[in-house]
Amino acid sequence: MSEPRFPYSSGRHADPVKGAPSLLTEDIVVGYPGALVPALRGVNLEVPSGTCMALVGPNGSGKSTLLKAVAGLLPVVSGSIRVYGNCVGACHHRVAYLPQRGEIDWAFPISVERLVLTGRYVHLGWLRLPTTRDKDIVAASIRRLGLSGLATQKIGNLSGGQQQRALLARALAQQADLLLLDEPFNAIDASTQDTIYDAMRNLRQQGKTLIVATHDLSRLTGAFDMAAYLKAGKLVSQPDASPCFLNLEKEQVWTG
Amino acid sequence: MDWLIEPFRYAFMQHALVAALLVGITFAMLGVHVVQRRMAFVGDALAHTTLPGLVVAHLFGLSLSLGGLAAALVTALLIGWASRRQTIKEDTAIGVVFTGMFALGVLLMSRTRSYRDLTHMLFGNVLGVTTSDLWFISGVALVVFIVLVLFHKELELTAFDPTHGEVIGLHADLMRFLLLGLLALAVVTGIQTVGVILTNALLITPAATAAFLSDRMPWRMLFGAVLASICSVAGLLFSYAVETSPGAAIVLSCTVAFIVVFVVTSAFRKFRPAASDLVQVDELNDAALPEEVSQCN
Repeated sequence: MSEPRFPYSSGRHADPVKGAPSLLTEDIVVGYPGALVPALRGVNLEVPSGTCMALVGPNGSGKSTLLKAVAGLLPVVSGSIRVYGNCVGACHHRVAYLPQRGEIDWAFPISVERLVLTGRYVHLGWLRLPTTRDKDIVAASIRRLGLSGLATQKIGNLSGGQQQRALLARALAQQADLLLLDEPFNAIDASTQDTIYDAMRNLRQQGKTLIVATHDLSRLTGAFDMAAYLKAGKLVSQPDASPCFLNLEKEQVWTG
Repeated sequence: MDWLIEPFRYAFMQHALVAALLVGITFAMLGVHVVQRRMAFVGDALAHTTLPGLVVAHLFGLSLSLGGLAAALVTALLIGWASRRQTIKEDTAIGVVFTGMFALGVLLMSRTRSYRDLTHMLFGNVLGVTTSDLWFISGVALVVFIVLVLFHKELELTAFDPTHGEVIGLHADLMRFLLLGLLALAVVTGIQTVGVILTNALLITPAATAAFLSDRMPWRMLFGAVLASICSVAGLLFSYAVETSPGAAIVLSCTVAFIVVFVVTSAFRKFRPAASDLVQVDELNDAALPEEVSQCN
């Protein structure tokens, strides 16, 4: 993969440390500005390279906060986050973050194709235009998520499920090693869910690391290697793939 | 065709034409970004806050452009800083700052008792544009054009998805400061053509008109620039023919163009359903979610 000549936030780039896990958090405390209680209160988590981890827990338990902190969108108050052995922000081009749909201005005049192309920007940096290769990668990502027919449509014309697929297509186009997906299954139809699970399976086969915040407990077992359960900003159990955790009754999980 | 050629035999009309075209095109391109980012109020504020800068420069016999530019840059920095801190809501901060600065300008100007000069600042004086003014306007137009082209992909991304920008190390604040800086530069040239009060119209109206015509930013910029050019010529010719304020005539022709395009495109949509109407059916399908999914919300 070609390194950008003028990367954004240059000077912070670093190569991954050999043998380091994709993600290692040590006792991290993360809060939103102005909030009294931090949203994450001492989370220790290790996600080895090549695992597909589900992040579950009730609303407000800190799933999104954890993903945002790893993506560098929220500063940690204390503790440390290591992504491939480096500080957050040193491995921009290795980390893709799929935001919740509401974070984006869908009324903006931009086509689906171009939205997905923004996934390539991290490899381009300042002053460089997308190459044919970038455009091929974009076309392939769009095809994988079944959006080929809508590629030239304005993003505002997409349905909720199609928007979600477009965002995942962008994350694919980024060709990152660690993908952070924030509620990709939220409020979408069943066929879109299948498409997304399909794309996730493909990523797992490629050896990518995935951390997925989800509410959909019915499909945890097949789709993930392990699951971490967050409650009120803390990990309830060490994440593992033990059947007893994955088979938790729905009721128990909702009420904690 | 004589009515079209005749007015432009005069040097002052030629200067006015070049100035109005350059300013119109620059503003239309910038305006597309400003409208997309819902920053219309910011353009207005920047224009108004230049007044004390202009007045002070006038009082001390300095270059009006530089005085205005200094005031606009300071305001741009203040606005960028205030919106970053978010201790005060941005629109509130702008409302307080720009009215205060404008009042200061009027106050200073009233001391000089030179209402003719004040009128020129408030409503512009495109017929009095000098050769050195033209150089300044061309320079600004070139800078704005080059920056908008070179940083298009970054400006676009941080406008609709600042989060993704932050994730890849591209700070949305930085791009916002860049845009504010360009805006400050441009506003100073706008004041020479249409004045403090009407500058914002050049920024918003052509860009808003172009939004009816295309769904893509580069096309909007092109359409906006073409519209602004046509309106500049039309406004100048009109003001020459009936001897009215040229600045106001240019702005009014932009307004007329907006109304015409709005009416025509609305009528066109009525007879041919737009893609956005068709999609609503799809959204209904999405609304009928499986129960387990909707439980999550």
